[in-house]
Amino acid sequence: MRKPSLRAYRIASLFLLACLLFNYPVLALFNVGATAGGVPVLYVYLFAAWGVVIALAAVVIEGGS
Amino acid sequence: MLQGWIIVAASFAYIGLLFAIAWFADRRAARGQSVVSNAWVYSLSLAVYATAWTFYGSVGRAATDGVGFLPIYIGPTLTMLLGWFVLRKMVRIARLNRTTSLADFVASRYGKSALIGGLVTVIAVIGILPYISLQLKAVSTSFQILLGYPEVAMPPPAGSMVVMQDTAFYVALFMALFAIAFGTRQLDAAERHEGMVAAIAFESLVKLVAFLAVGIYVAYFMYDGLGDIFARASGRPDLEVLMAPLGGAAGSYANWVWLTVLSMFAIVFLPRQFQVAVIENTDERHLRRAAWLFPLYMLAINVFVLPIAFGGALHFPPGTVDADTFVLTLPMTQKAEGLALFVFIGGLSAATGMVIVETVALSTMICNDLVMPLLLRIRAFRLSEQRDLSSLLLDIRRAAIIALLMGGYFYYLLAGEAYALVSIGLISFAAAAQFAPAVIGGLYWRGGNRTGALAGLLAGFSVWIYTLLMPAFARSGWLGVEFVERGPFGVELLRPHQLFGLAGLDPITHAMIWSMIANVGAYVLGSVIRRQSAAEHAQATLFVDVYQQTGEPGSSWRGATSASALQTLVGRFLGPARAVELFTAYARLRGARSVDELEGDRDLVRFAELQLAGTIGAASARTMVATVAQEEPLGLEEVMTIIDEASQVIAYSHRLEEKQQELEEATRELKAANERLKELDRLKDDFISTVTHELRTPLTSIRAFSEILHDNPDLDPGERQRFLALVIRESERLTRLINQVLDLAKIESGLAEWRTAELDLREIVLEAIHATSAIFKSRGVTVEARLAPAVAPVMADRDRLMQVLLNLLSNAAKFCTPGTGRVEVRLEGHAGGVRVDVEDNGVGISRENQALIFEKFRQVGDTLTEKPAGTGLGLAICRRIVGHFGGRLWVESEPGRGSVFSFDLPAAAAAGGAGRLVANA
Repeated sequence: MRKPSLRAYRIASLFLLACLLFNYPVLALFNVGATAGGVPVLYVYLFAAWGVVIALAAVVIEGGS
Repeated sequence: MLQGWIIVAASFAYIGLLFAIAWFADRRAARGQSVVSNAWVYSLSLAVYATAWTFYGSVGRAATDGVGFLPIYIGPTLTMLLGWFVLRKMVRIARLNRTTSLADFVASRYGKSALIGGLVTVIAVIGILPYISLQLKAVSTSFQILLGYPEVAMPPPAGSMVVMQDTAFYVALFMALFAIAFGTRQLDAAERHEGMVAAIAFESLVKLVAFLAVGIYVAYFMYDGLGDIFARASGRPDLEVLMAPLGGAAGSYANWVWLTVLSMFAIVFLPRQFQVAVIENTDERHLRRAAWLFPLYMLAINVFVLPIAFGGALHFPPGTVDADTFVLTLPMTQKAEGLALFVFIGGLSAATGMVIVETVALSTMICNDLVMPLLLRIRAFRLSEQRDLSSLLLDIRRAAIIALLMGGYFYYLLAGEAYALVSIGLISFAAAAQFAPAVIGGLYWRGGNRTGALAGLLAGFSVWIYTLLMPAFARSGWLGVEFVERGPFGVELLRPHQLFGLAGLDPITHAMIWSMIANVGAYVLGSVIRRQSAAEHAQATLFVDVYQQTGEPGSSWRGATSASALQTLVGRFLGPARAVELFTAYARLRGARSVDELEGDRDLVRFAELQLAGTIGAASARTMVATVAQEEPLGLEEVMTIIDEASQVIAYSHRLEEKQQELEEATRELKAANERLKELDRLKDDFISTVTHELRTPLTSIRAFSEILHDNPDLDPGERQRFLALVIRESERLTRLINQVLDLAKIESGLAEWRTAELDLREIVLEAIHATSAIFKSRGVTVEARLAPAVAPVMADRDRLMQVLLNLLSNAAKFCTPGTGRVEVRLEGHAGGVRVDVEDNGVGISRENQALIFEKFRQVGDTLTEKPAGTGLGLAICRRIVGHFGGRLWVESEPGRGSVFSFDLPAAAAAGGAGRLVANA
């Protein structure tokens, strides 16, 4: 087996981070009735976290080696 | 006004545009300037994941669950993060094996098993049919709603119209033609559809723009931004609950997690996703962009779902308008005709994209993994004798597409109204998820085998039927609701939605938990119970170690056929013209001038099999090639190579081990030799110092007495005589000592002279006793001889042997107490030799001294206080003499009770050969 590259470790870490962000108990922290700028925080959180994960994926997976 | 004809015309115009795009892409592909081989197009084509179900159904689910629909789109994001590992591996394998479909992929992994391919196809068809019917329902519903413009009215339920007047029926028919036109225009050895992919990518753009348009319209034109919608919704108790819905009535975290897992599988294992992500992939590097671009698409198409859902719920009185239609009905209420039509086109886009890819993928599976293997096996069809099967293949696929859409339509008629859109879609997801253990296990676990895959697929699929499909039928009225509510035959423990009492989960989560347990369990169990066959093992290695492969995978074909036979075979499936083209190109590649020059070797057979595999699938290709070439179950040669390699490694390590042992042995021997040399060196030093010491003692006394005689000339004659006698005795002793030292040195260096002859030991013993009788008499020791009357002769030197006996006898006399001493000499023959014992009743020798007395200059007793009684060399010389004639000299003794010195010599017959007569003489 070849030794996994640093990029591979980064991708795996990002995957684990995403698993954490979109799972209990982190989700429960935002599953509250409050709003942020008139929008429910759970809604804001989900899309913001999703966007961050996508941005990181773009940098890690497609960005420069 | 939106009249029917405008809607239809717009639809046809849109479809015409799609055809133009597909035609353009195909033409560019034919010229080698692919438009599809592009990371953007690849990412967009993956968005075929978003169907009419996403387009209309997400809003429907959001209206009841809040953000509960999101895991369906977050799951694929997670999968795409791992895409660089998992999807890339699948793409690589599919390209090397010319895989044509998901069923082909799984069958190929498990030993090109037609049974597995067939099973996967059946599961896929049964599982996906509801999903296709869902698309039909979406298109026909949206069409009818739009037709009612400007009124917003829900269409009548399915099945309430005559088939000939039902829009859905025409939609199904129309889509079938569409899919046929896109997917089955030609047979290609690569089974790629560039035109189709280009059209799908375009459709993905259309549906995204349409959905964003309606989202922005609702949020910013109908309402005053997102904040406004949510602020109004928080005034409604039924909507306020949906703002923080998790863990509440709408769904637990377990449901959320399982829905994520389910969609993680679906993004890869839905047949259409496998088609676009793996089969249609032109370059592995495209996966990098897709890893973030496709999730971004998912995010974009979902941003406005919740606002539209809330906007619709706020706008329409509860219960009047189905939330699944909010996307379309909201613009209609605002008289936004153009937007409504655009939304309809977007929905049509989503539905047609899904139906085209899904039916093309499924029809390939049905043709290659279900129908062809059967046809090829049933001899009555005489299929293997027909010349050109390429049109038959296309016809089978076309028929399959029509059958699939008609099947979808009838499912819609029978069950379509029982479920909301989202539920039907998830049932299909759960069916596709059943492929996950067999595929993922097959990618990373070499031990996963055919038995395990069959068992896992069957177990998971059975649980899926029982926990999801049968309840769906029950709700449609086919089975009766009691089946769901009370369990079969009233057995509550077997209620399909609370199997074995597992309650509190939604039906999908519940089904996923049980089916995954059954599936993975059966897969692992089957794999560890049965041994893999050689062919399976070869394929398993091919899949698991795909990154270690260089070039084409190895072939198990024996070269025993001709190039023309193979060309004819390929021609029957791809068309003769195409076959000629392929083989000529191959011949040129191999440096041959024409196909006839090609040898029917294993490479060519492998080439032909690959071409066929790209058209009819791996399992059927193997069957067909087997009709013209012979297959080696696992080439003996390959087995030998494998064994050879393994045994070479083993032999090598064995040799290393042996070498190491030899080295250790040599080191040990060298060490021992070194020790021995050191010891000898020390002994030599000892010997020299001892000899000089021994020589000095008599010399000193000789010198002392000589000086006395020299200095005192007037010494009394008696005294002088005594001193002279002493000098003479000491000189004799000195001479004896020097003689013995010389003797020993001669013996040890091998220079001694030996006059070997056949001797009668009895005679020598008697002579020796006679010669020493004077000594014994003077010391008052009695000697007794007990000699056997006749013994075998021995080969020895008479004088030397006499020397030994004299030494032993005089020693015995020396150590016996004068007066009471008694010495017994025994001689007896035994098998193969003669033995002599000299026993005395003297002081005896202690055990530790018994070994020492045979060493040079070792004398028992305290040499410092007692005057030595001998030179200390006698026994050492004796032992060497006896040893020289092949005998042995030893002593047995106990202190105070005397000792027995014994030696034996081999009989002359045994040692030399002749002369028993002498013995008896």
